[in-house]
Amino acid sequence: MEKATIVPKAVQLSPSPHLQRRLRNQFIAKIFMTIATVLSVVVTVGIVLSLFPTAIRTLAAVGGQLFGVTWAPLFTPPQYGILPLFTGTLMIVAIAMLVAVPVGLAAAIFLSDYATFNLRRIVKPILEILAGIPTVVLGLFGLYVINPDFVEKYWPIGEPLAYTAVGAGFVTGILIVPIIASVADDALSAVPRAMREAAYALGATRREVATKVVFNAGLSGVVAALILAFARAFGETTIALMVAGSFPKLSGNPGDPMMTLSAFIGFAGIGDVEVGSQAYNTIFLIGAILFLVTLIFNIIGNKIISRYREAYE
Amino acid sequence: MNKMAQSVSLKSRISPRRLFVDGSFRFFLYISIFISLGMIFWVVSSLWNEAGWLLSWDLVTKFPSTNIDNAGFQSPLFGSLWVVGSATLVALPTGLLTALYLEEFAGKGNKLTRLIELNIQNLAGVPAVVFGLIGLAFVVRGFIKWGFTVGSAAAVIAMLMLPVIIIVSREAIRAVPPSYREGALALGATPWQAVWRLVLPSAIPGTATGTILAVSRAIGESAPLLLLGALSFVTFNPTGLDSPFTIMPLTIFKYASDSREEFQVLASAGSLILIAVLFALNLIAILLRDIATRKRNV
Repeated sequence: MEKATIVPKAVQLSPSPHLQRRLRNQFIAKIFMTIATVLSVVVTVGIVLSLFPTAIRTLAAVGGQLFGVTWAPLFTPPQYGILPLFTGTLMIVAIAMLVAVPVGLAAAIFLSDYATFNLRRIVKPILEILAGIPTVVLGLFGLYVINPDFVEKYWPIGEPLAYTAVGAGFVTGILIVPIIASVADDALSAVPRAMREAAYALGATRREVATKVVFNAGLSGVVAALILAFARAFGETTIALMVAGSFPKLSGNPGDPMMTLSAFIGFAGIGDVEVGSQAYNTIFLIGAILFLVTLIFNIIGNKIISRYREAYE
Repeated sequence: MNKMAQSVSLKSRISPRRLFVDGSFRFFLYISIFISLGMIFWVVSSLWNEAGWLLSWDLVTKFPSTNIDNAGFQSPLFGSLWVVGSATLVALPTGLLTALYLEEFAGKGNKLTRLIELNIQNLAGVPAVVFGLIGLAFVVRGFIKWGFTVGSAAAVIAMLMLPVIIIVSREAIRAVPPSYREGALALGATPWQAVWRLVLPSAIPGTATGTILAVSRAIGESAPLLLLGALSFVTFNPTGLDSPFTIMPLTIFKYASDSREEFQVLASAGSLILIAVLFALNLIAILLRDIATRKRNV
């Protein structure tokens, strides 16, 4: 009889004061975590809310002028043809990719299939340090070294001045080499060892394994690396502003100064544009364009990466 | 015996052409890796050649000026410290808590969770200058009306750092073996206790590495603060969040756009200081990660 009273007592596990306190702590922690998570989402909402209302208003005011060929928002009458900014951006990004893709991909292949474990342990951190060089320092390098010592002396077309698109493109290329190298290396290293071994067993040389088997198997990740690097170059501001200058010239000669979309935003920030003016509002329109373009490329790139992760891991 | 000899000579069956292609490709790879590593030395050494002789304590103790004899980097150094320091104080706890929530408490594969993940991932790819625009619209003017102050800049830099910190913290948390949690839960700990007492301490080295890298990126960031009035001569150190400020990268930018050559050399000297700080931070991060991975492999 005595026993029977003990058993129900034990089953009736009402939380002890101690457990209650622990559960309360957990509850409080969860509230804080939720607040933090909401905050990080709010940033994106904030970006959209800060850009798009002004951007749409500006778009409505500027209208068809946007398709003109002259960008001169500070002149009277102002002209808002965005084409020179687009060609300037594409020119610099294209040169950057031309410089960075071969070197970056070669570095990735080297790291994934050629480097010994110890060499890899040395090379990867150095690439990370390269990725950590501030853009303003790279800008100085372009302005003081690349433009005067190389472009001005050896550029074959026209007479390059202190600011050149090709210099900015080259320096932006230095900026994105580590991005391409590290993302593509991740993709190539994720290719299963068995595929390499099978190819070696069939008598392939190391080059054949690296380029024909591993590179093809990791191709989607390599493409993602290029897309992410493209997006990074597309939004780069300081280098373009310092090395390519702030003159929105519509030109096909990479030796000319040019202005990129992001450089115009930075240029407005230097203070040459009156706050609240129509010209000033256009930086929000351009910001919205930058945001949308990079967003699309980033979504595609990240989607590809998560797909190959699913396939191999 | 005969068979063995044959298998030993197998290597020579690769045609000379294939061997040649193989060798040239290897050569090409070594050249490329040499180029990509050489770029750092090229950038740093050309700055060093231009301004190495100028480096002295004076550069750090003098304030920015239009007079070359008095020009230095004291207030930008303190400005960068204030801005990035306050930004880290906000971004680190927020990022860490978000990472903990997403890794340990959020429903996996849940639509809302995936939306948040996608959002953070893409936030990391938004061009830095766009963060300057949100700062301009909401923090400087908008409803916070903080003006061109340390506080505004810190808010913007915190937003920039946040996605990076979340992503690296999540990786560090994910690398903690599940058995740690299971052990704690089996002993009657609440999930939060398991996370707080076991998962988080084990994830500290990884998180610290990521945070240091995010901090060093933030110190070098120039574009967003271009829009927040940091491109001005501020000849005093910030005293609080409401102070006007300037930062290292933009003071370098300012000196570089001066047409006088002495100022361009000064800009290069400033870059050397900035790079020295960042390399030191990177080195610490790399060593920390080395320790963390070695611990895990034991």
